[in-house]
Order: sequence, then structure tokens, then C-alpha cells
Amino acid sequence: MTARLLDLRDHAGPTGAEQLAQQALVRPKRVDRVTGLIGNTPLVRLHTLEQELAGAGVELWAKCEFANPAGSVKDRPALRIIEDALARGDLAGKRLIDSTSGNTGIAYSMVGAALGIPISLVMPENVSEPRKQVTRAYGTELIFSDPMEGSDGAILLARELVRQHPDRYYYPNQYANPSNPLAHYHGTAVEIWQQTRGRISHFVTGIGTSGTVVGTSRRLHELGRAVGRDVRCVAMQPDDGMHGLEGLKHLPSSLVPEIYDASVLDDTIWMPTDEGWDMTDRLASTEGLFVGHSSGANVAAALRVARELAAAGAPGVIVTVLCDRGDRYFQPLEWEKHYVW
Amino acid sequence: MATVRIPTPLRKYTEGKDEVSVSGSSIRELLDNLDGSYAGIGERIRDDKGEVRRFVNIFVKDEDIRFLDGLDTKISDNDEISIIPAIAGG
Repeated sequence: MTARLLDLRDHAGPTGAEQLAQQALVRPKRVDRVTGLIGNTPLVRLHTLEQELAGAGVELWAKCEFANPAGSVKDRPALRIIEDALARGDLAGKRLIDSTSGNTGIAYSMVGAALGIPISLVMPENVSEPRKQVTRAYGTELIFSDPMEGSDGAILLARELVRQHPDRYYYPNQYANPSNPLAHYHGTAVEIWQQTRGRISHFVTGIGTSGTVVGTSRRLHELGRAVGRDVRCVAMQPDDGMHGLEGLKHLPSSLVPEIYDASVLDDTIWMPTDEGWDMTDRLASTEGLFVGHSSGANVAAALRVARELAAAGAPGVIVTVLCDRGDRYFQPLEWEKHYVW
Repeated sequence: MATVRIPTPLRKYTEGKDEVSVSGSSIRELLDNLDGSYAGIGERIRDDKGEVRRFVNIFVKDEDIRFLDGLDTKISDNDEISIIPAIAGG
């Protein structure tokens, strides 16, 4: 890799992708408003997990999206979706309404509160209680859909409400909105490229709306090609429609998001709920990273890729995503049912 | 017979039906009979030790069986039993 970079520089000067790789990522020390804190999240190395690979030259890194101000990766698409809608005038005199399993709703709520935009959210009634309370704290209106119908039921109810009240609601539809993957194309992917100094060999992450994996993978492929190599991008999905990886989608049994683009993915890993949950526990107890189940599943998938590389004696720099913190889910059902805070 | 509400991901086992009637005096019996009528659905709900999978929630009316008597929770004829899936998608 290094030889190739030097070789290119000698002949034609550094490419844009090479220059980008040499720029340090800087987090702002102070910002004008809370939305200025979105993005530029740190990358953390997973040393304990790497140890089981026994010095095979495989690095495991995770992007700390829980460091966003409303606590999840969804702050990125929420900001981009709202900024783009404001620029087009779509939000004039309207409330924003969207369907969400929680994190997007919290992100919309934060951005909406900061920019003065009223928000309505449709979510399955069995979304965890803390999420409902957090979104309400920002002043957001909540509308519940049938828990038996999952996130697809929330999508269908949101569409119905918008059809009935077109003058009241602006419906960005995060599953179909190009601003969603663009937030990662212009943000997450570029940051990872800078943070790994252009060394990333594999990007692995799960599918919720598919915005993260599609937008990030598209850009990483382009950056890789610009320096004459391939970055492999691997998606992860729950292995069954009946699963416990909140926030992730099993596409064969779901409405497929319009923004999903399989052509930017090199492979898909099918993740059992138990493997994702066990990794979530392990990340907390051995890496000190108390994250949600989707993050655990992401790291479990990244570790599978790492093991394959190690078994083949190949080096690699693998990057995955820590979507949110574990305390967003921590309250057990018993606590929810019998106490109020 | 109790009414069992079937979530979307499991309707492939119930010929697309969102509600089925199943007999049984406890949740355990009801799940056994459910699998008897709709082969394959049982293992999506319970693991190979017969325990309800960690990520599957079963409600009798509005109460999670984990806060009742688990699989031994008694049910009567007009009870509504719901099998609640995880929340998928962003």
C-alpha cells in the first residue's frame, strides 16, 4: 500500500483520496448550536477482540456513533434530511412526520427542537419505554402503530396519516430519502477514510434503513478505487424475520427500503440474535463499551470477517459501527411496568 | 379455544392468518398445540430446550408471561395471546 502511494505521488502528485487520507479529523471545541456536534465521531480500536486473532495483522476498529449529541448514528441522516427539506422549502408551515423504531425519532426530535421544527413520530407501540420518554422530552408528538405489525406497520400508518392530512405533514420517509445515505456518503465514509489514513480494507455494518451501509460503502468504494485498490463492504442482516436485534431489518421478510442498493455491497452476513446479544455483553465486560444490540451484532459480524482474514493469513483493517449506547435499552420490562420516573 | 395473534414474520406458517384459535390450559400446552397445527412455528418461538427464546415476548392479554408463571401461565378460553416480535428497521 505505502509503496503504491509513493509510486503514484512520484508520477502525478497525490490524488484527492490520498490527500484526504493525510488530513487529520478535527472535532470542534465549540459550536454555534447542538447540530454542530453531529458527526466527526471517534474511532476506537477493539484490542481484546483482536487478541483472539493471535497477532495475525488484522485490526478491528469501531466508529463511535453514540458520541453524536442525541446518542446515535441517526443524528446524521436526521440533520441532513431536515437541512435538505428546509433548503427546498418542504417544511414551510408543516410538521415533520416519519416512522421510526426510536433512534431516528430521537434524532429528529433533537434537530427539530434545535432548529424550531415541530416533529410527529409513528412508532410500534412496543418500542422501549425510555425511547418514548426521551422523544417526548424534546416536545415531540408520538403516534403508536400495532406492535404485531413491526416497523412496517409504522411505515404504513405514517403514509396513511400523510395521505389524510397533506397540508399538516411533511413526510421525509427515511427509507426512501436520498439525504439519508448522502449523510454517510459525505460524512461517515470520509471520516473513516481520514481516521484510518486510507488504510481501511473492510467495512462491515447492519441494515436498518440501509442508509449507513449504502452511503458509506458507495463512497469507500470510490475512495479505494481512486488509490487503485478495493475496499470490501459487507452488510449484516438478522438471520430471520423473528429476531431480537432492535433497529435491524431482515429484508427477505420486510418492505425493502427504496434507498437499498445491493450493487455497492460485496457480501451479506446473516446474524443470529444470540450471537449479536452475546457480543453486546462481551463488548461491555471486556472492552468497556456498553452499547446496544445492533452494535453488538455489527461487531460480531466484523469479528467473523476478521477470523476469515486471520485464517487466510491476510492482514486487514476492518471498521464497523457502534450505533448507540446500551443504556438506551437498559431498563428491563419489569422496571418499566412498575415504576415511573 | 384462546385466540393467538401472530406477528408478520410468523404468518408464513399460518397460511397468512394474523389470528388463529388454539386450545390449551397453559401457555406450554398452547404452544405445543400451535406447533401441532402449524408445523415449524414452534422452533421460531422456543429453543431446543423448550424455553421461550430470549428475544420473543409472549403476552396474555396485556401482561408478559415472564411476569406471570412463564410457560406454566394458566389461560382460559377467551384469553387473547400475543406473540410480539422485535422492532426492526431504523
